[in-house]
Amino acid sequence: MPHDHHDHDDPHALLPPDPALRVRALETLLARKGLIEPAALDEIIDTYQNRIGPRNGAQVVARAWADPAFRAALLEDATPVVADLGFFGRQGEHVVAVENTDEVHNMVVCTLCSCYPWPLLGIPPAWYKSDAYRSRAVREPRKVLAEFGVTLPEDTAVRVWDSTAEVRYLVIPRRPEGTEGMGVDELAKLVTRDSMVGTGLARASGA
Amino acid sequence: MSDQAPEPVFTQPWHGQVFALTVSLNEAGHFAWPEWTARFSKTLARHGLEKELDGGDDYFTAWLETLEGLLADLGEAAPEEVERLRAAWEAAYLSTPHGDPVHLPKGA
Repeated sequence: MPHDHHDHDDPHALLPPDPALRVRALETLLARKGLIEPAALDEIIDTYQNRIGPRNGAQVVARAWADPAFRAALLEDATPVVADLGFFGRQGEHVVAVENTDEVHNMVVCTLCSCYPWPLLGIPPAWYKSDAYRSRAVREPRKVLAEFGVTLPEDTAVRVWDSTAEVRYLVIPRRPEGTEGMGVDELAKLVTRDSMVGTGLARASGA
Repeated sequence: MSDQAPEPVFTQPWHGQVFALTVSLNEAGHFAWPEWTARFSKTLARHGLEKELDGGDDYFTAWLETLEGLLADLGEAAPEEVERLRAAWEAAYLSTPHGDPVHLPKGA
């Protein structure tokens, strides 16, 4: 009987998949040339895995809801406003905030690749990077929204923003009813990742 | 398709590694981000002709292929040298007892 090399008594270390070995090869080569520092790579992974995520964007949205002057500055030019909060693009991109209203619902896509406001939302989820979302968001946004469970009134227009290497969008969702007395931290809990991409709405207060 | 349940940022360790490698090289000035996105878009479009990409492993496969091509064009990582090191890593894994740390042999 042939020996099953995935057997539990495997004598050697588990072989990683081929792409993992190719990444190891690149790392080895570039580290030898002094082009990368392995410790710096670990730092980048840790940052995106543990320290950057949709909570950042939620803080920005909650402040925009609570503070009219902040909201006005954000809509005017979001890049310096979010940079002041410590959220700036490592790739030098601009951030544009777009606000949902009765009249218009904004939705964000990157049709060519997967540009996304990393400092505010972290690494995009798989669906944002999928061919299905990238191709359909522009063509049939209402249908895509319905699949996310979002149904808008007939007279609300849907505007789809296509991200680029230079410009990333942050949707300011509509503030839920019944949240008048809430502070920024409490409001931030109502702001979901999807609501800032425009494929969701903010959570209802008390939900 | 909801954000109620937390999803891992990188579902495979190598996804995070190839992402970090790219971001690190960009930040060190080896290439501009628009150049990266232009090349990456082309790879995704090409792969998308063969099958519909789900944005998971296939996304990072396209990412890795883009980085390999970019580094080859920049003269920083010749394909034959990358392949030699990949084979050396594979051999190292296959000759290291299970549970021991894997290192490249001296001179590899």
